[in-house]
Amino acid sequence: MPATTTEKKQLRIATRNCGFIDPESIDDYIALRGYEALAKALTMTPAEVVELIKASGLRGRGGGGFPTGVKWGIALANAADQKYIVCNADEGDPGAFMDRAVLEGDPHSVVEAMAIGGYAIGATQGTVYIRAEYPLAIKRLKKAIDDARAYGLLGKNVFGSGFDFDIELKYGAGAFVCGEETALIRSMEGKRGEPVTKPPFPAQSGYWEKPTIVNNVETFANVPAIVLKGADWFSGIGTATTKGTKVFALAGKIVNVGLIEVPMGITLREVIFEIGGGCPDGKKFKAVQTGGPSGGALSYKDLDVAIDYESLIARKSMMGSGGMVVMDEDDCMVSVAKFFLDFTMDETCGKCTPCRIGSKRLYEMLDKITKGKGTHADLDRLKSLSVIIKDTALCGLGQTMPNPILSTMDTFADEYEAHIRDKKCPAHVCTALLTYTIDPAKCTGCTLCTKVCPVECISGTKKQPHTIDATRCIKCGACYDKCKFDSIIKQ
Amino acid sequence: MSTIRTLEELKAKRQEILDRKAARNGKTIINVSLATCSIAAGGKAALEAMQDEVAQNGLTGVEFMQSGCMTYCYAEPTVEITLPGKAPVVFGGVDEAKARELVTEYVMKGEPVEGIIPVNYERVVL
Repeated sequence: MPATTTEKKQLRIATRNCGFIDPESIDDYIALRGYEALAKALTMTPAEVVELIKASGLRGRGGGGFPTGVKWGIALANAADQKYIVCNADEGDPGAFMDRAVLEGDPHSVVEAMAIGGYAIGATQGTVYIRAEYPLAIKRLKKAIDDARAYGLLGKNVFGSGFDFDIELKYGAGAFVCGEETALIRSMEGKRGEPVTKPPFPAQSGYWEKPTIVNNVETFANVPAIVLKGADWFSGIGTATTKGTKVFALAGKIVNVGLIEVPMGITLREVIFEIGGGCPDGKKFKAVQTGGPSGGALSYKDLDVAIDYESLIARKSMMGSGGMVVMDEDDCMVSVAKFFLDFTMDETCGKCTPCRIGSKRLYEMLDKITKGKGTHADLDRLKSLSVIIKDTALCGLGQTMPNPILSTMDTFADEYEAHIRDKKCPAHVCTALLTYTIDPAKCTGCTLCTKVCPVECISGTKKQPHTIDATRCIKCGACYDKCKFDSIIKQ
Repeated sequence: MSTIRTLEELKAKRQEILDRKAARNGKTIINVSLATCSIAAGGKAALEAMQDEVAQNGLTGVEFMQSGCMTYCYAEPTVEITLPGKAPVVFGGVDEAKARELVTEYVMKGEPVEGIIPVNYERVVL
């Protein structure tokens, strides 16, 4: 069992009930003061609820960090015969699973918060836009909604206040861009999931052109706690600009892979080493990607940064929805950037040219570099095209797509340089730049490698050192993995 | 189910639930993490093995429940056991053999079993 610090670095607000209650039992939720926040909110005016959320300092946990109370205030101020509140459960960043954990572990907290939000902005209808790849979350959320309805906590005249509110589910078909709120709304309307220009913002004109609030699952999960414990309590946690906690999914090369919830302002060092237990097998920590394909790589230089929205942006990354992919000395940062570009190239909706064509061009340049064919001119073009795409793409997906490149070029310039100038991959990841040779001092001539080599490029006499014919070697690494004497050298 | 129309009715409902839960005092509660990932890691197999072991030993004072993510991916499947009058303890890496051992050693004799995950968080209780 990996060692875990006994010091309590974590603070669980959004995940307060996850793992402690039966998510399919509304009674378990009520036992922990469930739906009391809704009852309390309904005794306040909608403007008072908006002010409370504003005062708490809660900001969007989907990654953008827009103040939730301000957003709600805009929708409240826009008079309309119908308004909508939407929960964005289209979680899609590689390595991120915070929202699924909340929906599968404590669905009622989201249901209750949506009702509170609906009351605050004047919406009677809520929709959860959830990805169809989350069947268990859908099942538990459906049951939560049905049970809340049966108790009269959703439906007509909630708590005898005259407030009507109900929730329906809509399923995403797996398009990453639908996590962007305008694309999400179009998808809800049955149209192609493509973003539209802002303004108008959804809070002014969204779902069916009515004022619509789109909030992330984790944002909602904080709301009942804020209503019951007060804005001062919540704003007392965190940094000057960023209040409360953040749920992160620790993945990749880390000992304690898992979900954590930490107060804002915690340092990366505490997260990676004290909570996460560092990299496995004593490997050296190299970087952590926050914000998924929209974020950037933070390196050992950033370990003592206090995490909040602003500090991460200042380091060319972003908070993102909470994925933290940890990389160690065996990861090549050019390949990591290429991996994320491969993802965005697949997921661009194609509506705007900078994103559709730009992603492809960026990917091609990175591919060229990882194959040892890159030049310094490519490096300059990579940078200038990245900046242009940031400035000109239509939506958040395109605007943030170059971040993994810009941040790795900045922090790991030496690795790009090694690929281009020396035609070497320092982490020995890029296959095209690898060479396999046999150390004659260590080779015993056991002939095992000749048996596993798929192209039969290893030759030699039994009990004599063997050699690899580099011109025929396909760099599959089979000999390297099989050799019992560590005689194969990978460079 | 009757509908809840006022805060007082909600509080009365809560009291009723808490009373019902208090009546379980004296029972051992076995809480198995069953999120999608926990199930994939073998959570249901752990649950079934423990249920079987409880039945085989004729234990009557044990209640099972499911919950969502316990946050310890690295130690899935995870199980939380609350012995009567004791603080809950979370065990990780509960495969079928460990599941049975938990029943025969920890539940029946109170003997500690390897794989305890220390509590490293503070949790907001409303």
